[in-house]
Amino acid sequence: MSTVGRAAARAAARPATRRRLRDRDWVWGYAMIAPLVLGLGVFYLWPVVQSVYYSFTEWTLFGDATWIGLRNYAEVFTDPANARALRNTFVYGALSLLGIPLSIAVAALLGTRGLKLVSLYRTLYFLPVVTMPAAVAMIWTWLYNGDYGLVDYLLSLVGVQGTSWIANPSTALYALVAVGVWTQIGYNAVIFMAGLQAIPRHLYEAASIDGAGRVRQFFRVTLPLLSPSVFFVSVLSVINGLQMFDLVYLMLRRGNPAREDTQTVVSLFFTRAFEEGAKGYAAAMAVVLMAITLLLTVVQFRVQKRWVHYA
Amino acid sequence: MTGKVWALVCAGALVAGLAGCSSSDGAGSGGKVTLTYAYWDEENQGAAMRKIVEEFTKTHPEIEVKLQFTPNKEYWTKLQTAAAGGTAPDVFWMNGPRIGLYASQGALLPLSDRIAKDKLDLGKYPKSLVDLYTLDGKQYGIPKDFDTIGLWYNKDLFDAAGVKYPDASWTWDDVRDAAKKLTDPAKGVHGIGAMAWPQELYYNTIFQAGGYVISDDRKKSGYDDPATIEGLKFWKDLLDRKLSPTVQQMTDNDPIEMFKSGKLAMWYDGSYDAAQYNKTEGLNADVAPLPAGPKGKATVIHGLANVIYAKTKHPEQAWEFLRFLGSEQANRIQAESGAVIPAYEGLQDSWVKSMPKLNLQAFIDQLPDARPYPVSKNTAAWARPETDAITKAFSEGQDVEAVARAFAATMNAALSQEK
Repeated sequence: MSTVGRAAARAAARPATRRRLRDRDWVWGYAMIAPLVLGLGVFYLWPVVQSVYYSFTEWTLFGDATWIGLRNYAEVFTDPANARALRNTFVYGALSLLGIPLSIAVAALLGTRGLKLVSLYRTLYFLPVVTMPAAVAMIWTWLYNGDYGLVDYLLSLVGVQGTSWIANPSTALYALVAVGVWTQIGYNAVIFMAGLQAIPRHLYEAASIDGAGRVRQFFRVTLPLLSPSVFFVSVLSVINGLQMFDLVYLMLRRGNPAREDTQTVVSLFFTRAFEEGAKGYAAAMAVVLMAITLLLTVVQFRVQKRWVHYA
Repeated sequence: MTGKVWALVCAGALVAGLAGCSSSDGAGSGGKVTLTYAYWDEENQGAAMRKIVEEFTKTHPEIEVKLQFTPNKEYWTKLQTAAAGGTAPDVFWMNGPRIGLYASQGALLPLSDRIAKDKLDLGKYPKSLVDLYTLDGKQYGIPKDFDTIGLWYNKDLFDAAGVKYPDASWTWDDVRDAAKKLTDPAKGVHGIGAMAWPQELYYNTIFQAGGYVISDDRKKSGYDDPATIEGLKFWKDLLDRKLSPTVQQMTDNDPIEMFKSGKLAMWYDGSYDAAQYNKTEGLNADVAPLPAGPKGKATVIHGLANVIYAKTKHPEQAWEFLRFLGSEQANRIQAESGAVIPAYEGLQDSWVKSMPKLNLQAFIDQLPDARPYPVSKNTAAWARPETDAITKAFSEGQDVEAVARAFAATMNAALSQEK
């Protein structure tokens, strides 16, 4: 009886203790993540909820928001300016993927054994990432200048006639993409360098014993094992590309003839919301862009199962 | 790693938020009231603003005025956001294109009652400016300054090409002839800069051609009117004949800088830029009234006003400060700095004399021909597309007339949404 009683008591006590412990763990766990979760909630999630709400309202400059149902969305989908901005945005998003092969090349070169001044090169490549976008925009605006710019000067040395890169409607979009890719290379290269270092050496030894040359090793060993990093960077690049704003805003001054041809969804959003005062309409634009971004990211996650190898 | 970044961003945002809250408290220590006064031109007017505040504090020691400078490019977006959040500066600069929106949406304190009570004489300011800041019979701003446009010219380039200096008798034909003689591709010098800027350039020629930008009842665009289009074609013709740098070149290189460095022989620009041309080393320039078009003389007149934020915590003190800003004393400080033409009657002379080597009288002499800057209740809704459209029209290979007519439809649609 006593033994049974003791055993039963022990059995009953155990989950209770465990639960108490678990409770305390929960408290601590939440306490630890509270600053992050609160910050996320207040500065990211709550604004998202609000944006969705305001997208169904007419919200003037200083006035209150009045519910107008789907009217903003009807206008968003019929305004030709949005279609143009969306096309430009897709170009930014798609072309920003060009940064990936460049970044892998940079990462591979920086990882070359016996390279001298390696930390200097690493710093140089990373510098654009930590430079203020305003400074980047200013420097590139000068480089792209059609009369005194360095880019045109260098082209003239090889006999190519340059142009006013960011004032010419047919080149401005691509000129901005180039700057965007350039600023991202350093960041991407760091991720790829980490990815490269995580690939076990013995795989290369095994491959070379099997008779694989350097090129074959790269395509059969390096690339598959780097694919998780490639996937991560491609998701980030596309999201960044779709949110292109700062360079458009900073590099295209008043009266630039290329403005319509470089306008992105976010820069048009800024114009509508903060210059023209149509905040409800702009909120609807933001929601549509969020949906598109989400959709593209979901597609990327679906497709990755076909080509990403987790070692 | 991303986690750390998030945490940092959030922590940073928290700190910034707290700092933001604590700094917006108006009442200082010891019953002293603090007002904030916002403006956007530090280079030309910052010194005058500080002097005005200094003088004001001498007679009003109980009111402290904090100057808040925001560059023009961010001024309106910042102000709009602050006003929507209830934290705009107490007193701030206002311009014609924005007054309709701010006044109609209740962001500004109506001043009519206070003006009547304190017997402030608005007759001391140009009528077109007082009217610009009146909405539905209520006064919302006290004029601060005004500006007209003149024909700036580089005397050295004129001398070298043997061209007579412009004067009040000039017409469009004289401009065309002079531009042709002054253009020297070998030296990279162009006769004139035909940039797609409204106030400084094409609004003036639209009026000189007998056209209009917006109808008097502010309901209809003038861009499908043949006279308006003729006013635009004046510039397009100069561009087509290569007597001006291309719009692309002037996007890469600010035409103001091109004029300063002797790359443009003629340049239409406002009285507000006189101070910087006056102090530019090596620039031997002067200014003449704008040449007459087919329908005679015209120049755009525009002026700023000082306004009070509707939700200011200290309306009485703000009004005291506003009265001082509109006073003869404050206007005299502005006049002597040479930055702008003061709005107060009888002080234009001291502005003209502030830069003796320039014929600033040209700006004042044009007042009888001055036409108000075109605005509507929500000017911003069509002004930006307007600049985009006309910039496009001025670019190579574009048909001005087709672009202008297409823009008229856009503008009419925007105007029809105003209530």
